[in-house]
Amino acid sequence: MVKQNDLNFDYKFGFSKPEKSVFRVKKGINEEIVSQISKIKKEPLWMKEFRLRSYRFFKKTKMPEWGADLSKIDFENIFYYIRATDKAMNSWEDLPSEIKDTYDRIGVPEAEKNFLAGVSAQYESEVVYESIQKELTKQGVIFCDMDTGLKKYPEIVKKYFGTIISPYDNKFAALNSSVWSGGSFVYVPRGVKVALPLQAYFRINARNFGQFERTLIIAEPESFVHYIEGCTAPIYTTSSLHSAVVEIIVKPGARVRYTTVQNWSKNVFNLVTKRARVEKNAVMEWVDCNIGSGVTMKYPSCFLVGDGAKGEVLSIAYAGSAQHQDAGAKMIHMAPNTTSRIVSKSISGHGGRTSYRGLVQVLPGASNSKVYVSCDALILDEESRSDTYPSMKINENEVDIQHEATVEKLGEEKLFYLQSRGISKSEAEGLLVNGFIEPVVKEIPLEYSIELNRLINLEMAGSVG
Amino acid sequence: MNSMIGLKNLSVSVSNKEIIKGVNYSFEKNKVYALMGPNGSGKSTLAYAIAGHPSYSYSKKSKIFFEKSEISKLLPDKRAKKGIFLSFQNPLSLNGVTVFQLLRLALSGIKEPLAVKKQIDVLADKLHIKKELISRSLNEGASGGEKKKLELLQAIVLDAKFIIFDEIDTGVDIDALKIIAEYMSKNRKNKTYLLITHYNRILKYVKPDKVLVMSSGKIVKVGDYKLAEEIEKNGYKSL
Repeated sequence: MVKQNDLNFDYKFGFSKPEKSVFRVKKGINEEIVSQISKIKKEPLWMKEFRLRSYRFFKKTKMPEWGADLSKIDFENIFYYIRATDKAMNSWEDLPSEIKDTYDRIGVPEAEKNFLAGVSAQYESEVVYESIQKELTKQGVIFCDMDTGLKKYPEIVKKYFGTIISPYDNKFAALNSSVWSGGSFVYVPRGVKVALPLQAYFRINARNFGQFERTLIIAEPESFVHYIEGCTAPIYTTSSLHSAVVEIIVKPGARVRYTTVQNWSKNVFNLVTKRARVEKNAVMEWVDCNIGSGVTMKYPSCFLVGDGAKGEVLSIAYAGSAQHQDAGAKMIHMAPNTTSRIVSKSISGHGGRTSYRGLVQVLPGASNSKVYVSCDALILDEESRSDTYPSMKINENEVDIQHEATVEKLGEEKLFYLQSRGISKSEAEGLLVNGFIEPVVKEIPLEYSIELNRLINLEMAGSVG
Repeated sequence: MNSMIGLKNLSVSVSNKEIIKGVNYSFEKNKVYALMGPNGSGKSTLAYAIAGHPSYSYSKKSKIFFEKSEISKLLPDKRAKKGIFLSFQNPLSLNGVTVFQLLRLALSGIKEPLAVKKQIDVLADKLHIKKELISRSLNEGASGGEKKKLELLQAIVLDAKFIIFDEIDTGVDIDALKIIAEYMSKNRKNKTYLLITHYNRILKYVKPDKVLVMSSGKIVKVGDYKLAEEIEKNGYKSL
């Protein structure tokens, strides 16, 4: 049971605002609640039916048992829908002061001033703040929350929604499909190159409340867009669930980059399905950094369906005390001349556990494909653990495959070397860890990489419990 | 008394094996010392003990002084902050960490990052260190001589007062050795050098004020540079 006074403020971003929800459905999940969510959102019938079909699959599907321990998730003890304010606001001044205050503390307005092309910040389950700069609109780029997308662009949404990740793909994709709320809808017209990254900030703030955002990105031929999601969350007293679905369609000759800096508080189960369909000569790049959450299971995927398609996953995982980061990538080569590249860097310390889990599949006919997999693990102490589960299914002869894996322990000699230069032991650990992940970090926009380095140094210093 | 580093009854053990057996010595300011001795006599252990390596333990009576303050219980980074610098025999390469990142962190709050950067560039030029070695991960793909020059560069930027060169002349080509020696000869003010060496090759370029000979964990002989020549000629056995 949830007590009212047991919020824990130790978490470094663990400020929690009074809940001022306008509406929320009852705890738990059943067909009635799923229908109710659809009704409140005034959705078309097809979406309601999609939700119900997904729910039925969710209900009959067993929990996945091949990965991290998910036995502590109590689906009946979660609120599946909360709406914080009546409608999405489009200027900062219109926001309720509590929400504004929350965002001030994670620096949304400042970030916007400096460089944002558009902010879509998610508070609880619905986007409440949204400002899209005129330039984007002029170019015909659509960047809004998913609910608005469904209302304003029903044909596009209906055409692509659920086509990349079927609700029947896995239990959590099914759960998201039945109760999804919020997330981003991005549409980039043919030939348009969006110069600045699109950013979304996520936050969950109601105790026992799962966040089920849904993102759909469509990049028309020869276009380019970089989408960034970063999240921090206040701490709760009981386990919280974040289960998102991200679908991306990269049409011929287009390029999409999707960057994530994930820093959920440590009681959050972060179970996310991310997948891109990559067409002829198109490029998909996932940059995935997992620092927070108690348990993460996430394997961004590329389905390389067109001749010459390229897919890339660059990932960093840090697991500290009581954390398990089970992360990796999936690359499915379905056409000739396709290229995939996976670079994974994982760090475990203070008793944490990281697992690299990857699948590379080259289907018959995907001749002349190139595969590169490199997974490096850094283990900081004797209590911590790292495992690697690479899987390759190659059904084609003409394939160029490279696979490298290293496991390194943070040696006393390297630490002493740095200490003998006047650097404290914890700073030295931070420096070495940041050096270890540097090949991936350099791919991340500057202010995110600074934040990432800072987060890791904080973890190293043991200031986070 | 003009003592830089004082060792009093210093006995040092590694995994319960005593390596240094009661050394008493005072290194004076602005002087160059050469420490010689056969393999396994405890030279490197002495260097590590002064720098504060965590796996070395001291006997109860052991004391190490920096100027007048006792530092035996300080962590290595605190000793380094006072001005002790150890140039490693085999400097490790640091994946993803440049010499600038290292020095910027070591000097945060002491020197501006830009000043650090500038000093590194100037010194790299002076010590003939290739530009790419400065921008690359520290010591990665560097030759023996380049590594030692990078160690010296760090010592200078950190403005170290007591600099220990552990086997400065092992695996180093003559050009690099000359550059290192030349720097030391020109910068003797407010610096104390302790050169651990097997040969007197470097001692031709930097004339030591004192030559110490170590054997079985003890300093068995102290002399001037002529002692080094004698050792070169007759070996340690004649002592």
